[in-house]
Amino acid sequence: MNAIIQSVNPSDDSLLLGGVNLRSRLFVGTGKFSSHEIVPLVLEASGSQVVTMALRRVDWKNPQENILNYLPPNTILLPNTSGARTAEEAVRIAHLAQAAGCGNWVKIEIVQDQRYLLPDNWETLKATEQLANEGFVVLPYMSPDLGAARRLQDAGAAAIMPLGSPIGSNRGLQTKELIRILIEEISLPIIVDAGIGRPSEAAEAMEMGAAAVLVNTAIATAGDPVFMAQAFHLAVVAGRLGYLAGPGERRITAEASSPLTGFLQEG
Amino acid sequence: MFYEQITEWQQKLPESTWASFSGADVERVLARESLRPQDLAVLLSPAALSYLEPMAKKAQALTIRHFGRTIGLFTPLYLANFCSNSCLYCSFHTGNKIVRCKLSIAQVIKEGEAISSTGLQHLLLLTGESRTHSGPAYMEECVHALRPMFASLGLEVYPLATEEYRRLFEAGIDSVTLFQETYNEVTYAQVHPAGPKRDYHYRLEAPERACASGISSVNIGALLGLSDWRQDAFYSALHADYLQKTYPGVEVAISVPRLRPYAGSFQPSADPVTDAILVQIILAYRLFLPRAGITLSTRESPQMRENLLSLGITRLSAGSLTSVGGYSETDNVGSAQFEIADERSVPDVVAMIRAQGYLPSFCDWVNMRAKDAVGL
Ligand code: SF4
Repeated sequence: MNAIIQSVNPSDDSLLLGGVNLRSRLFVGTGKFSSHEIVPLVLEASGSQVVTMALRRVDWKNPQENILNYLPPNTILLPNTSGARTAEEAVRIAHLAQAAGCGNWVKIEIVQDQRYLLPDNWETLKATEQLANEGFVVLPYMSPDLGAARRLQDAGAAAIMPLGSPIGSNRGLQTKELIRILIEEISLPIIVDAGIGRPSEAAEAMEMGAAAVLVNTAIATAGDPVFMAQAFHLAVVAGRLGYLAGPGERRITAEASSPLTGFLQEG
Repeated sequence: MFYEQITEWQQKLPESTWASFSGADVERVLARESLRPQDLAVLLSPAALSYLEPMAKKAQALTIRHFGRTIGLFTPLYLANFCSNSCLYCSFHTGNKIVRCKLSIAQVIKEGEAISSTGLQHLLLLTGESRTHSGPAYMEECVHALRPMFASLGLEVYPLATEEYRRLFEAGIDSVTLFQETYNEVTYAQVHPAGPKRDYHYRLEAPERACASGISSVNIGALLGLSDWRQDAFYSALHADYLQKTYPGVEVAISVPRLRPYAGSFQPSADPVTDAILVQIILAYRLFLPRAGITLSTRESPQMRENLLSLGITRLSAGSLTSVGGYSETDNVGSAQFEIADERSVPDVVAMIRAQGYLPSFCDWVNMRAKDAVGL
C-alpha cells in the first residue's frame, strides 16, 4: 500500500468529542422512520455511534413504542430539544433527558419559526451557556454565523452544528460558504446538521473539512433506508479521506503551456 | 385581522372564477415550489379534480419530507354537554332533549385513567358552550387533574378571551382546536340561530387570541359541507396561512371534518363533499401549507381513513367516544355529539397505521410549563 493511503487510514482517524473518541463521523437521527424496528438496522449500516432523538417523541409509557429500547447498548445518545421555543424550555428538556437516563450530551434545538424551522441563535447561546456550565456536552444547532459561533465557543459548546439548509428540506449545502468560514475560523468541531439530502452532499461537507455530519430525513425517508444509511456511511468516509489526502488546488484557468514569465529564466 | 383578508379575497375571487381555471393552470401550479393563495384557488377548482393523482404524489412526498412516515394519535374526552347554542347540525344544541351531564373531577380522573391505559398520551378536552356548567375555571380544574397523566392536553371548547386562554396555557394546555364551522357569514347566521355562537367575529378571532396567549399549537377548520365547500376550504387554508405568518412560533394544524348525520334532522343546502372532493381538499391543503398538520377524526369510515392516511394526514383520532363519560363506564353517560364512523379500538387503529407503512406515534410532546406536567 502506498504511503499516502496508509497515512490517512480512516481507522486511525477519530473525532474527540465530549471525552469520547468517535470512529464514525456520521451522526444519525431517529425521527421520521416508518417503524422503530428498522432503526437498529439503519444504525448498523450507517456505522454511527451517536444517535439523536427528540426527547418529546420518546414514549416513556409504552416500552414497545419507546425508541430507546431499539438502540444498540453502546450507542451514545444525543437527545435534542426539539419543541423548545426558548432557552428556558431547552434547558428544561435537557434536564428531563438527563433525569431519564439519557446521559449528559444534548443537542440544543430552539426554533421559534414553525414555517422554516430555523434555529434561534440568540436563545441557543443562552441555553448553551447554562447547560455547558452545568457540565453537559452541548452541541448547539445554529444558523451559520461566525459571530454567533464564536460566542457559542466561548460559552462552552463542545461542537458547533450549523445547518446546511432548513431541516427536512433536503436542499443540500445551501450555506456552504458560511460553513466553510466556520471551519476555517472556529477551532471546535463543525458538524453539519440539517439539509443534507444526498450522500454526495455529505461527502462534500466532509471534504471541506467538516468534523462530522448529522443525517436524518434523507435516510429515514429514502426508498430503502438501510441501503441509504450504508451509502451515507461510505460517503462520509470518502469525503473524510478526500479531506485528509488534501485535494490538489483547483485551477481556475488552464496553465499556459509557455509560461508568461518564462523569459525571466531565459538567458 | 384575518377578516380583512376574507373581504379582500371575496372581491378577488367571485363565484365565477372557480370555473374559469383550466388544466393548464393546474399544471402551472403543480410546477411551482411554493404556492400563493391564487394557486390554492386553482387547486380547489373543478379543473383540479382531473389532477388528483399528480397532486397526491406531490402531497405525499411533501408530507413524508416534513413529517416522516409518522401519524400522531389523540383521542377526545367530552367533559360536559350542556350547551346554550342552537347549531342546527349538532345534537348537543340547546333545544334537543338529550341527557345532559358534566363529569365531576373524580370522574374526569377515572376517564383519564381509562384512556391513559390504552397508551394514548395526547388528549383533547371538549365541552359544549356553557359558562355556568363548564366555564374556564372548571376546565382549569380538569387540566390540573389530567396533566400528570398525559404528554399533551388540547382544548376544543367555545371561544375564550385572551386572558382565559393564557390561564389555561399556564395550567398546562398545549393546544387549542376551534373550528369556524363556516367562513360564509350568511350560512353562519342561518345555522347558528341563537346563543353566543352567533358572534361570527368573536369566533373568527379566537384562534388568534389563543396564539397571542402563548399557546404552542392551534388547530382550525371548517365543517365541510355546511356551506359552499370550495369557499370554506379556501378560507380555512388562508386562515391557517395567516396564523402561521402572524405567529411563526405557533404550530398550526387544520382539520377536515365532514358533516355527519345525527339524532336531529338538519340537511344542509350546500353540495355534499364527496370522497373525491375530500381528497381534493386534503391535497390542496397539503400543497399550500407544506408544514401544517392535517387532522382526521373518527367521523370518517375505517376504509376512508386508511386511504387518506398517505395523502397528507399527520394526526388521527383513535378509540374515540363522543359521549360524556363513555370511557370508564361511569353511570353518568350523556348522549353522543355525533356518530363516529370508525369504532375500532386503539390497537386496531395502530395495526392499520402500521399496515400502511407508517409509525403510529403516541407521544410527540413534552409540556414544559405546567408544574405537574408528565413526569419521566
Ligand atoms: S356544535 Fe358545539 S356549540 Fe353548537 S350546539 Fe353543538 S356543542 Fe353546542
